[in-house]
Amino acid sequence: MCGIVGLFLKDQTLAPKLGKMLTDMLVTMSDRGPDSAGIAVYGPASAKGKITVQSETPDADFASLADDLGTIIDADVTLRRKDTHAVLELPADKIAAARQALAELNPALRVMSAGDAIEIYKEVGLPKDVAARFDLSAMAGTHGIGHTRMATESAVTTLGAHPFSTGADQCLVHNGSLSNHNSLRRKLVREGLSFETDNDTEVGAAYLTWKMQTGSSLGEALESSLDDLDGFFTFLVGTKDGFGVVRDPIACKPAVMAETDQYVAFGSEYRALVNLPGIEDARVWEPEPATVYFWSH
Amino acid sequence: MQTFDLAEQGLRALNQTLHAQKDSTNQTAWDIVNAKGSHAIAVGLDAPIEVNVRGSTGYYCGGMNKQATVHIHGSAGPGVGENMMSGTIIIEGDASQYAGATGRGGLLVIKGNASSRCGISMKGIDIVVHGSIGHMSAFMAQSGNLVVLGDAGDALGDSLYEARLFVRGSVKSLGADCVKKEMRAEHLEILADLLERADADAKPEEFTRYGSARKLYNFHIDNASAY
Repeated sequence: MCGIVGLFLKDQTLAPKLGKMLTDMLVTMSDRGPDSAGIAVYGPASAKGKITVQSETPDADFASLADDLGTIIDADVTLRRKDTHAVLELPADKIAAARQALAELNPALRVMSAGDAIEIYKEVGLPKDVAARFDLSAMAGTHGIGHTRMATESAVTTLGAHPFSTGADQCLVHNGSLSNHNSLRRKLVREGLSFETDNDTEVGAAYLTWKMQTGSSLGEALESSLDDLDGFFTFLVGTKDGFGVVRDPIACKPAVMAETDQYVAFGSEYRALVNLPGIEDARVWEPEPATVYFWSH
Repeated sequence: MQTFDLAEQGLRALNQTLHAQKDSTNQTAWDIVNAKGSHAIAVGLDAPIEVNVRGSTGYYCGGMNKQATVHIHGSAGPGVGENMMSGTIIIEGDASQYAGATGRGGLLVIKGNASSRCGISMKGIDIVVHGSIGHMSAFMAQSGNLVVLGDAGDALGDSLYEARLFVRGSVKSLGADCVKKEMRAEHLEILADLLERADADAKPEEFTRYGSARKLYNFHIDNASAY
């Protein structure tokens, strides 16, 4: 199963409530995915770059991380901790250097996301518990996507949870199961990509990353995923400016969208949308199969 | 009229209350408020009652219905009216995938559009869609009538048995073994009756009938390319 939610704000006066609205949608989808949850929130524009990292031993790993990293990359780095995650803020042009430095400084740290706006938080547990650990409902932002996981293809671990980062300020959540992920993973490994889990969605995310590294736009990468990915999928991809949706041609994994003057919302079920403001008068529809949609600011 | 607040009283109490209604019940009119996309609303009814659902519903609303009229004042989630036996389900909005799947009888009216797999494996139900239907509709449909005032998506009637399909608009593509057929007087009569009962503003003469070419019923080597 799995549940997906997404919220894209047209009316920025709602931005302070993004986390609250998205958390409510996420928790409503607990029945579809009670074993892990994750969320990607795109914050207000900032001149700084952000790297979100996760640690199994955050007390030890985060204590001097900002100073240590700042020394290596010769820049001001600040650290904002949330439970097992921490957001490192640093000059945007130092992100690549910082990622390299982090890998050398502490290989056990996992980079969840990197970019100007994105922060990804994900953990094992009931969606309401995961949301509480990261205080997701207090987050502000312009848009965000979330996922509740019922694992079918690989182990229930933090790294097996969604969203998966696909590049700077980009991420992917998935409802469904890919049936050619093993052969595609082998192909992508030959192309130089690396994997941390046996998860099928990680392969989907790596596939999009690879297509974009080799010259495709995100839209083109999603179009070609319809030919190259076998199996069931409803994908929601987060971008710096908004989000995109694509469903496989059979489209048996559910998807409902709602649009008003204030927002565009996505849910695996209509239930996820019922508490949004003005939902009674929203345009509600199902995205067509094998069709790529984008909403951006 | 009886009013039932789903948010207050819960789904199990709702369906138990509705199941308790017998043929002779005096409580024949029910209003369900705060549907909020909940699953399995008014499933398994078997009494001549009318149930009005205020708001949109989740999975399987009105599934296995017998006798009752279920009127959804909103849109319906996946599997509305699945395996319904008799009675009527009316949806004011749209219906998600596999509306009326495996239905054996009764009338399902969708005033908006229906998504993919509408009437999949239908076995006697009548379905009237005022709008359009999605891909793979009436897949392996065995009997009954599917009437579409709008257009049909890809692979209509794939591996069809004896259900009759009537489409007023365009058909994106026909599935294996589904072919256009002649509209005879008896079909116009069936259509006129269904359109009237579904409160649909269309004339029987405007429709095209599709049905089974009957080449896939049994394996025949000459048809190997069609399987």
